[in-house]
Amino acid sequence: MTGSRFSPQEIVETIRMVQMENLDIRTITMGISLRDCADRDIRAAGRRAYDKICRLAGRLAAAGEEIASEYGIPVINKRVSVTPVALVVESADSEDYLVFAEQLDRAAREVGVNFLGGYSALVQKGATRGDRALIASIPDALSNTERVCASVNIGSTRAGINMDAVAEMGRVIVETARRTAARDGIGCAKLVVFCNAVEDNPFMAGAFHGVGEPECVLNVGVSGPGAVLAAIRKEGRTDFGALASAIKRTAFKITRMGELVGRAASLKLGVPFGIVDLSLAPTPAQGDSVGHILEAMGLERVGTHGSTAALALLNDAVKKGGAMASSYVGGLSGAFIPVSEDIGMIEAAAASALSFDKLEAMTCVCSVGLDMIAVPGDTPVETIAAIIADEAAIGMVNRKTTAVRIIPAPGKKIGDSVEFGGLLGRAPVMALHPQSSRDFIARGGRIPAPIQALTN
Amino acid sequence: MSAAQEKSSRIIVSVIGRDRVGIIAAVSAVLAGANANILDISQSVMDEFFVMIMMADIGQASMSLAELKQRLQSKGEEMGLKIDAQHEDVFHFMHRI
Repeated sequence: MTGSRFSPQEIVETIRMVQMENLDIRTITMGISLRDCADRDIRAAGRRAYDKICRLAGRLAAAGEEIASEYGIPVINKRVSVTPVALVVESADSEDYLVFAEQLDRAAREVGVNFLGGYSALVQKGATRGDRALIASIPDALSNTERVCASVNIGSTRAGINMDAVAEMGRVIVETARRTAARDGIGCAKLVVFCNAVEDNPFMAGAFHGVGEPECVLNVGVSGPGAVLAAIRKEGRTDFGALASAIKRTAFKITRMGELVGRAASLKLGVPFGIVDLSLAPTPAQGDSVGHILEAMGLERVGTHGSTAALALLNDAVKKGGAMASSYVGGLSGAFIPVSEDIGMIEAAAASALSFDKLEAMTCVCSVGLDMIAVPGDTPVETIAAIIADEAAIGMVNRKTTAVRIIPAPGKKIGDSVEFGGLLGRAPVMALHPQSSRDFIARGGRIPAPIQALTN
Repeated sequence: MSAAQEKSSRIIVSVIGRDRVGIIAAVSAVLAGANANILDISQSVMDEFFVMIMMADIGQASMSLAELKQRLQSKGEEMGLKIDAQHEDVFHFMHRI
């Protein structure tokens, strides 16, 4: 195998994908179990968590840099995910969970990761005392830390949708925006509400280290919208079968890089390799947009009629191409369509080609959901909750992960835009339906799980 | 089992730019200075650009890949070429099943 020679075309193709088409490894995420950090004293629990993260992830950032240099593939982010914090802090006598969040933030800074995910609770069926206290502490935690990311799972195909938690998350999101108003509500960019959350997602802000995961594990998220875009443009006016094949070939190559980097990082750090997440994760950079891929398929602007079909083809081809490239596929695995983090989506939303409702329709056929969407700051909490409920219903019925990461930008109106900078990008404030959902959300209780096939 | 697990010591040196006298000599000198053994050389012209590819073994090299990369890159800047060195596994993983 090592004897085979590479043609100049192959070598140049790889180099071109990296240097001109923004192919990169979006993230190496180390999942760390904090289950053994529980303590009746919340401060002691926080110290244990800090020590454990620093011990296990101390070499993570350096290993990422070494791999990037050896293989010539940029590794953009090194991140850490931890056990859903509600499970860890619940044993403490105090409910001052901010102390714990601050230790996580310190640990993230110490080991040099830009985000740490897992300030989370899983309440799809109902909430315990610790879950409730953690959810209530989210605005505090996100406004007083820099790198901690929070997520809450409020529904699943098996459990249905916990509408009490949905209503609560509406309030939590609005409060988080208010507390971080000086920065356009950036706290909400670090808060994801899930239905069918996955336990091995390496992507922020929704990453957490699930309860079925080992002590410590490495998960890799690949990127590469630019490489797919170039392949589609090169393909020209072919029919859909040829188009899907071109995407599959590129997805295969992109995912192989994730597999290689995951294995190399696992060897370097002595930590088992978990999964490759086969996602097309865009950035605000030119040429790194999922929106532009859909446009290259023949749509004048993403958001117009045909966008859902185009996205369905893309998402499926990425999975088919990627599935063969990795021994273990997991995480969210699909195309992301975050508005603020994708230049094509930003342009389409600003031009009113992409509406909120079309975006919701598109989330039916891709991962992950309504992501990084800015809405007017005076949006009622019940409307935010109802948006969550709609998106969760799509996930629940279609047996897929859906999520909402929405920013009711304080003081902003339709047509304004919010600026987060860096990978989080900027988002035009989108219009919502003005009619009230208040009485619907006020009902409380759970939406029953949909019937499957009476298996089990 | 896999290439990454029994980690080979081969690298691919790629040189991209305009053709000129002395490219092979210059790159070979840097590799020789690092005690890296050149196993194969190929060159071609693609899209008006001169592309030279060298496969080298750095199993007995006197410096790390990072340091060698650095030297190649500065030699490249000196000559107006883009020179990079990558572990060969990148190409194995992407182009061979």
